[in-house]
Amino acid sequence: MGCMKVLTLGLALLAAATSVIGDEFTEEDLKRWRAEFMEVKEKGEKLFHSTMGSNHVSCDQCHPNAANTHPETYPKFQQQLGKVATLREMINWCLKNPLEGEPFPLDSKEMIALEAYITWERRDVPLAPGKH
Amino acid sequence: MSITRRKFLKQAGVAGAAATLPFSLVEISWGMGQKGKAEHEPFTFAYISDSHLTHIKGTRFTRNFDQGLRKAIMEVNLMSPKPDFVVYGGDLAQLGKPEELDHGLELMSSLRHPVRWVIGEHDLYLDMGKYWEDNISPLHYSFDHKGVHFAVLNSILTYEEWINQWSTPMERMLNMARLDNPKGSPFMVGEAQIQWLKEDLAKQDPSTPIVVLSHSPLYKIFKPWNFWTDDAEEVQALLQRFDRVTVLHGHVHQVLYNQIGNITFYAMMATAWPWPYPVSYVQKPNQVPKLTVFMNRADPFHERDATGWDILDLESGAITNHYQLWQNEYRTVAYDFKLDHPVDRKYQDEDQRIPPQRHY
Repeated sequence: MGCMKVLTLGLALLAAATSVIGDEFTEEDLKRWRAEFMEVKEKGEKLFHSTMGSNHVSCDQCHPNAANTHPETYPKFQQQLGKVATLREMINWCLKNPLEGEPFPLDSKEMIALEAYITWERRDVPLAPGKH
Repeated sequence: MSITRRKFLKQAGVAGAAATLPFSLVEISWGMGQKGKAEHEPFTFAYISDSHLTHIKGTRFTRNFDQGLRKAIMEVNLMSPKPDFVVYGGDLAQLGKPEELDHGLELMSSLRHPVRWVIGEHDLYLDMGKYWEDNISPLHYSFDHKGVHFAVLNSILTYEEWINQWSTPMERMLNMARLDNPKGSPFMVGEAQIQWLKEDLAKQDPSTPIVVLSHSPLYKIFKPWNFWTDDAEEVQALLQRFDRVTVLHGHVHQVLYNQIGNITFYAMMATAWPWPYPVSYVQKPNQVPKLTVFMNRADPFHERDATGWDILDLESGAITNHYQLWQNEYRTVAYDFKLDHPVDRKYQDEDQRIPPQRHY
């Protein structure tokens, strides 16, 4: 009984402490996080408007402002690939086919930058996994 | 570039189907409304546009875009009845390079019909239209055909300060070629050309059907992607005294139509790739016409999906537009004299529409 009380008290204290620590980020933190994201997004924007493959075609030719990319719907069953796929796999499909180029490793800086740009341009689009 | 026998047979089959299109079905079915008074001999013409032929290196060009134009040419050559002429709606080249324009001329030389050329921004901004004017066509002109007056505009001019700010012609071209460029500039017809159009139209009777051919839409849809002509209203004002006016434009790579007063606007298909509708970009408001029944989102796994060309027949002074959509149901959009605007013959009714694709 006494043991349970101590445990409960301990958990309550821990929860309180965690929430206090969790709230302790400053305007400075927000600025930094945003700047870091925007820097990667800018890199992605450059890649998105460059000819990454072999035939002088760029992503923005079919997707101005990343329109019709639908990151908010991935992972999803991609009928044409025959499996549940991630956005990164779809980006690589585009690199290999319309752009006639080489795919990026899924965890490469380039891939993350492209994903950041696409996600930024599609902000405020309702999250709808499995649709489109 | 090699073409397998199977592929050839498949493409020839498609072309054969196009050649035997049942033209009895495309007779105007709306009758002669109060504005359809014009007397002229009905005729058909074809419209090919936005091929964006892209030079890679030496004699290499982007395969996909070459294939689109080749397919359109093959199908137009097999049209029956034969079209009186073919309009090329602009953006033959991607970056206006002489290599690209020459390549385009070479492909187009296999077309068995006369061509009326409209210049697009991708053809213009490398040398401001010099190569085009010297080797292909004047930048603006007019002609008459079987009682219909056609005016061709170079609607993709822009402000001098924008044109003169770049360090090289190619830098200017690349900045104009990027659709979502925040440093872009809206299109214009310009005062000189508006004056020319005024004088050109002065000779025409108000009952003469007028067809204006321009690359950009002569109204304002979405500025961030330059689906926009800044002085469109000035051009529209010159067209107001005519009973029936049709504007045919390329540039937007999608099924799109609109009615403003007496002017019917049709966007024509691209052979290269489809653009998304501006509504798909939620960050900025747009003015996509409410009349338009959208085409479905293109399936990226079919490289010819949502591309194609158009057959137009001109009766009652209004155009009937047959969208030849590869990989999609063909669409016919015709002027409805009772409603006074164009309607999609099959899909205008909500219940008739193709369900939206959800699996891409």
